[in-house]
Amino acid sequence: MKFRPELFLTRSPHNAALGLLLDHMGPDKVTLELPYQEKLVGDPETGVISGGAVSSIMDTACGLAVYAKLDEFRAISTLDLRIDYLRPATPRQSILVTAECYRLTRHVAFVRAIAFHRDQPEQVAHASAVFSVSALTMVEMAAKRDKNTK
Amino acid sequence: MTLSEFITSLPGDVDFDQPLECIPYAMFLGLRLRRVSGCLVTVMRFSEDLIGSPMPPAIHGGTIGALLETAAVIQTASAMAAAHLPKTIDLSIDYLRPGQPGKDCHAQAHITRMGNRFANVQVEAWQDDRSAPIALARMNLQVAGR
Repeated sequence: MKFRPELFLTRSPHNAALGLLLDHMGPDKVTLELPYQEKLVGDPETGVISGGAVSSIMDTACGLAVYAKLDEFRAISTLDLRIDYLRPATPRQSILVTAECYRLTRHVAFVRAIAFHRDQPEQVAHASAVFSVSALTMVEMAAKRDKNTK
Repeated sequence: MTLSEFITSLPGDVDFDQPLECIPYAMFLGLRLRRVSGCLVTVMRFSEDLIGSPMPPAIHGGTIGALLETAAVIQTASAMAAAHLPKTIDLSIDYLRPGQPGKDCHAQAHITRMGNRFANVQVEAWQDDRSAPIALARMNLQVAGR
């Protein structure tokens, strides 16, 4: 099944709850936007989006970049995710993340990502992630797991 | 009440179980702080809104990351007597097993080194089997210096 990014954002309950928006999509690169919302704030005194929300958008954007490169809904899973927090996010501003899958092997995908605010050059965070890539599609993986638990 | 005030208000010597009402994002994720047999454990109560991949269904990796990070910040703030909150510098997460829907996630942090400026913290997350963690994290936090 060919990859359709909007499905990944709307059919995933947490991505939908976060209100993630697709800003831009390329053959191996994706940009997502996390709109500012009060429920995502870490410290009400500053109004800054929580670092945990940043890790969520990083994880989603990196996974989407792998799907963009694969161009199909194969089952993938994050092996590891590293985030460097470069500076605090600006209060009351949405966060964008651009993720690029720069290497894809038969079993593994390598991704790098940056988080930033629109029209501001200073970056909020850097991330790198490694994903395992299955030969199975998501549907086949789900059927296999169901079979194993019966 | 700020997170700092919340941590200093925690009863010193009895077990407790409280939601993290001072942090909107923690309430969005359904996080609670418990002291169980003297140890602080952060719990993410399961809800359908935590699911990332719908097929096969699994808890969103970002929420697990947030749970790990919150546990580390609270453990470190508690050790600092929460004079002010530590700041996350970096975070490295290994995802070992998928987070299964329908089950709560738990995280416990351990400070491996508390320095004057930086703390190094390791965190484990699990669901119903502590010996089969779903994720591990390692973080460096800045504890002093503005």
